[in-house]
Amino acid sequence: MLKKKATFSTFLSQYGMLFVLILLCVFFSLATLSEQHPEGEKAARILFGELSKDSDKKTAVLIAAKNNQEDSRFANALENLLKKKIGVSAKIIKGDPSQFRKMLEETPEKERNWEVIATTSSYAPSVSRIVERFPALSGAIIKTPKSYTWPTFLLKNNLMNVANQIVVIAIIAVGMTMVIITAGIDLSVGSLVALSAVVVTWFIRTMGGAQATPLAILTSGFLAVLLCGFIGAFSGLMITRFRIPPFIATLGMMQVASGFAYIISRGRPIYEVPDSFVWLGRGYSPFFSLPYAVILMGIIYIIAHIMMTRTTLGRYIYAVGGNPEAARLSGVRTNRVICFVYIVCGAMAGLGGIVMASQLKSGAPTYGLMYELYVIASVVVGGTSLAGGEGKIMGTLIGAFIIAVIQNGMNLTNVESYTQKVVLGFVILGAVLLDMLKKRGWKRRKISR
Amino acid sequence: MAAQVSKNQKPILEMRGIDKSFPGVQALQGVSLELYQGEVLALLGENGAGKSTLIKVLSGVYFPDAGTITISGNDPGIRSPLDAQNAGVAVIYQEFNLVPSLCARENILLGREQARWGFFSQKTEHRETMELFSRMNVAIDPESLCRELTVAQQQVVEIAKALYARGKILVMDEPSATLTSQEVERLFAIIRELKTRGIGIIYISHRLEEVFEIADRVMVMRDGRHIATKPACGLTREELIEMMVGRKIENEFPKLAAPLGGKRLEVKGLSGAGTAEDISFFVRKGEVLGIAGLVGAGRTEMARLIFGADPKDSGEIFLDGRRVEIRSPVDAIRNGLCLLTEDRKAQGLVLGLSSRENFALPNLSHWSRLRFINHKKEQDSFSGYIKSLKIKLSHADQTVRDLSGGNQQKIVLAKWLEANSEVIIFDEPTRGIDVGAKYEIYQLINQLAAKGKAILMISSELPELLGMCDRILVMHEGSLSGEIADVPHATQEQILSLAVGRTA
Repeated sequence: MLKKKATFSTFLSQYGMLFVLILLCVFFSLATLSEQHPEGEKAARILFGELSKDSDKKTAVLIAAKNNQEDSRFANALENLLKKKIGVSAKIIKGDPSQFRKMLEETPEKERNWEVIATTSSYAPSVSRIVERFPALSGAIIKTPKSYTWPTFLLKNNLMNVANQIVVIAIIAVGMTMVIITAGIDLSVGSLVALSAVVVTWFIRTMGGAQATPLAILTSGFLAVLLCGFIGAFSGLMITRFRIPPFIATLGMMQVASGFAYIISRGRPIYEVPDSFVWLGRGYSPFFSLPYAVILMGIIYIIAHIMMTRTTLGRYIYAVGGNPEAARLSGVRTNRVICFVYIVCGAMAGLGGIVMASQLKSGAPTYGLMYELYVIASVVVGGTSLAGGEGKIMGTLIGAFIIAVIQNGMNLTNVESYTQKVVLGFVILGAVLLDMLKKRGWKRRKISR
Repeated sequence: MAAQVSKNQKPILEMRGIDKSFPGVQALQGVSLELYQGEVLALLGENGAGKSTLIKVLSGVYFPDAGTITISGNDPGIRSPLDAQNAGVAVIYQEFNLVPSLCARENILLGREQARWGFFSQKTEHRETMELFSRMNVAIDPESLCRELTVAQQQVVEIAKALYARGKILVMDEPSATLTSQEVERLFAIIRELKTRGIGIIYISHRLEEVFEIADRVMVMRDGRHIATKPACGLTREELIEMMVGRKIENEFPKLAAPLGGKRLEVKGLSGAGTAEDISFFVRKGEVLGIAGLVGAGRTEMARLIFGADPKDSGEIFLDGRRVEIRSPVDAIRNGLCLLTEDRKAQGLVLGLSSRENFALPNLSHWSRLRFINHKKEQDSFSGYIKSLKIKLSHADQTVRDLSGGNQQKIVLAKWLEANSEVIIFDEPTRGIDVGAKYEIYQLINQLAAKGKAILMISSELPELLGMCDRILVMHEGSLSGEIADVPHATQEQILSLAVGRTA
């Protein structure tokens, strides 16, 4: 069997969107290249690197830190490093400028023999001003971690931000991809996000509120996802048995679900949830400090990808989307397949709603507004055709990231938020145009035919 | 019926030395064609011979790499379909270019309305359309909606559209594929009328009897080259086939009588789908049962009822004497039935998927465990069929959409062979397929019969039925009007008379 001729154009058509994503990342990296002033543990490590070069056991080090979380981490980390690696015991003085001065005054004279005062670059000016008043410390050198040039876009914090922002949309987009491959559409996902957030928090509140047990939380989550899957099944039933067009069926359910969300919550946010509830939405795992929500997203995408490419059900979904009648005549249970994708889409929206509620530590009927548009945009930008029959799950992930990267990049480069809307709209059009050109060949002649 | 074409006349259309290639394939090589005024030139060749490419060059869809096109002695400089139309070239494809929701008059004048400031006069348009129709000797109401016209009538509207656009050269691509024999006769009458008015017609068809009936000259292409152009009279069927295929074909219908076993499929009192009424028959193991009838007689509907594609009002189906309940294609397939639909592109294949995926669709359980597909086993099975059915693919995952009609049909057949169907229903198995591939399909049918399968063959090609079937049932307006048991001595007239309702 001859292998398809591997030309540049075929390569581009398969991985085009990934290429675009990489281009965007490069662009925004260059656009946000600037002096970075490190904070926290990173600052400690950098500063330690410098200090260890010309300090030894005998050097006396004072660590000056502000009273916030970031600086505390910096101070503790630096102290640890100094003690463990070169055996230097450093003294930490934490506080705002006036507290710092007071504590310096309270330290007995003979202990004030520090040669090095380590502090963050943001605190350094205040520290140096205060130290000037202490002539005994005139010999001390104030050392701060060196700044470095690095794109703000590629800072770990920022990349985590990007991923966190897109998690809810991306999770829902998995289900939407399957629905669109069957040549359908699901407009109800935004409302289902709201409904799910409201239902999960409502159940938690009923089952103990702020004292709810983890089991209660899990059960509430399960019930919320179940409800949304059920609504998806209802949409699927209307589409298969009664032949209502998907656009209309899900448009109707969109209103119904939103209405239920308002009814259950009585129009107000439900916030009586335990602190542990934010574990999913805001928690960071020990693996490379990836947020749990991002890990969940990754797992869902891997499962979906395997299902679509390696199982019979995946094959049937593509067949039903490509030609439902031919699929039916080949023995595919088309109705069941269609119902399945709508159930999955509903359930994913439900899951997204739970993640959102966990992120915001509350559930409100106003959540998820307009989300269906971003979800559909992710799917389309990722290369799935609205006409059905083709598309890739991983493409959707790339599409979601493209949208998130563009939004994040625009934020970092201080683009006005209204302008951002315009840009995003053009991005979606551009992506679809790219896709059409890719399919019909780049020659204009073919398009006019 | 051949017209006398004077040798001194200049051709109305001359294509010389046309070359056209696409990445990886030389579609046309030095092809020349001459068409005279008032003649019908039949253009024949196997699928892939280059006929449609040549026509697309003529109609401005493709621009040739080399060669010239001259119309009435001038070079019209065709660079787009619009140029071709303005030069007088009109092409009527199998899939009509009519807007179904508009009426005949509107379709005929589409793009050429005589309007003043955007306003047109319905009265004038109506009158002009009526004149056109009367000159063609047809009676169609110009105000009738195209979607309510029969396929034959729609074709007439397409021809009228070409005439209105002052077409001098008319190309017809498989015009008779979806027509009944009466409608074909009427089409031929229109064609003869057009000839008297000096219009040159290029007629593409796989139906050789028609070619002999209507064509003045015959041009054969093979592998992108012009093989020969000869006058139609004096040409024999065997010669023609030999030119098209490049080798002698001993027997066009290689029927081998297979040993007949007991009743495999029996249908009693089948009614439904609004057309079928009280149909009862049986098919034996190893038997090829033909189903003949006019378009609209209900043959496809009956097949769909048996296969469970449409719900039936009444009737019982027995397999090997045992009654079975078939309510959906899933039941049918599980019981060993299969249906090769008459419209393979719309119902037999998912065009967007690859050939292998189409082949695998009803058979995924053969290669999967716990719903996970073993891609290697699937590919191995498929490779087996590619060899045994001689399917031509340029690479393993080629989309089915790009294959020729014959190869597409083979994919459909491979799909059902893998499903181990015991009862195979063919609905127009060789429609739109060239002579060479047809022969291969007939041989496959023989092999299936020899293995003891029961075969139902719905066909509108009478020679095919007479050549390949053991028995022939004829349908008329939803019910069985008769049966022909002695096929070797039967005639086309016998079938036709049963088809129009006269009992034998």
